[in-house]
Amino acid sequence: MFDFPQVDAGKCDGCGLCIGVCGCRIISLVNGKATVTPKNHCTGCHQWCTLCEDICPNKAIYCSFDVVIEQKTDSK
Amino acid sequence: MSMGIQLDLIKSIPYFTGLEQPELENIKKHVFEKKAVRGEILAFEGEPADTLFFVVEGVVKVFKTSADGKEQILQIIRPGDSFNDVPVFTGDVSLASAEAMSDVLLYSLKKNDLTAIIGENPRVSLNVIHVLSERVQRLVSLVEDLSFRHVTGRVAKVLLEYAGDGADEKPRLTQQEMAAMIGTAREMVGRSLKTLEEEGTIRMERNRVIITDQETLREVAGIT
Repeated sequence: MFDFPQVDAGKCDGCGLCIGVCGCRIISLVNGKATVTPKNHCTGCHQWCTLCEDICPNKAIYCSFDVVIEQKTDSK
Repeated sequence: MSMGIQLDLIKSIPYFTGLEQPELENIKKHVFEKKAVRGEILAFEGEPADTLFFVVEGVVKVFKTSADGKEQILQIIRPGDSFNDVPVFTGDVSLASAEAMSDVLLYSLKKNDLTAIIGENPRVSLNVIHVLSERVQRLVSLVEDLSFRHVTGRVAKVLLEYAGDGADEKPRLTQQEMAAMIGTAREMVGRSLKTLEEEGTIRMERNRVIITDQETLREVAGIT
């Protein structure tokens, strides 16, 4: 399951910059490390904005993409 | 969010590295605080700017916008870094806009005060030269990416290499990883993905990149 940004706790130094940029407000510091806490009502980062990955000075956050080829038979 | 101007924070700003306590105390007298909320525009491209800002808490992006609304991020300013330096030193208008990416706390200095501080402290001049030289280095690298290297084609190639049809397990990719693979800045990957989407070869769906026109994407990637 990769439906939320992933944090590499080993790289995270707890600067907290990601908390401020997260539009979904799902990142907080737990024991000094950035932690993603999906809320019950939240369907995940609505836009997959990747801002947290972008601003992390330690490259400790990953917002990964699946790359898939559209199957013509599935096209709408 | 703040407790008045703090000497320790001033000391941590690269402009003021290596200064003694009395010099820092003197600088502190001229520094004033500004707070802004996420999304607030802090500098407008083309408008005069007479205040230098240092980010103390939060993140600010410095960017240019093209006539058709495309945004190019020039720099992400994290705590300690500054923006508005160029218009403050040249007396010209801002070359780029700046927006708070989170709630931010800024320390600022008026042009006249900054000039006086530099006049009194040769060490600050050297620090400023160092900061601006690093920025030139970064911008030259961005120019290189924008003008000489066909980043979009290389992003297309990576997408094709990593594309799965749903049957096989394929590794997922972050924009950071794509940037590292092709030797470019992460911002360039984001820009290339947007370009490919506008051209209709891919579609971005939350955390999926869907290749909608494989043939054209192969052409963009230079694969024949």
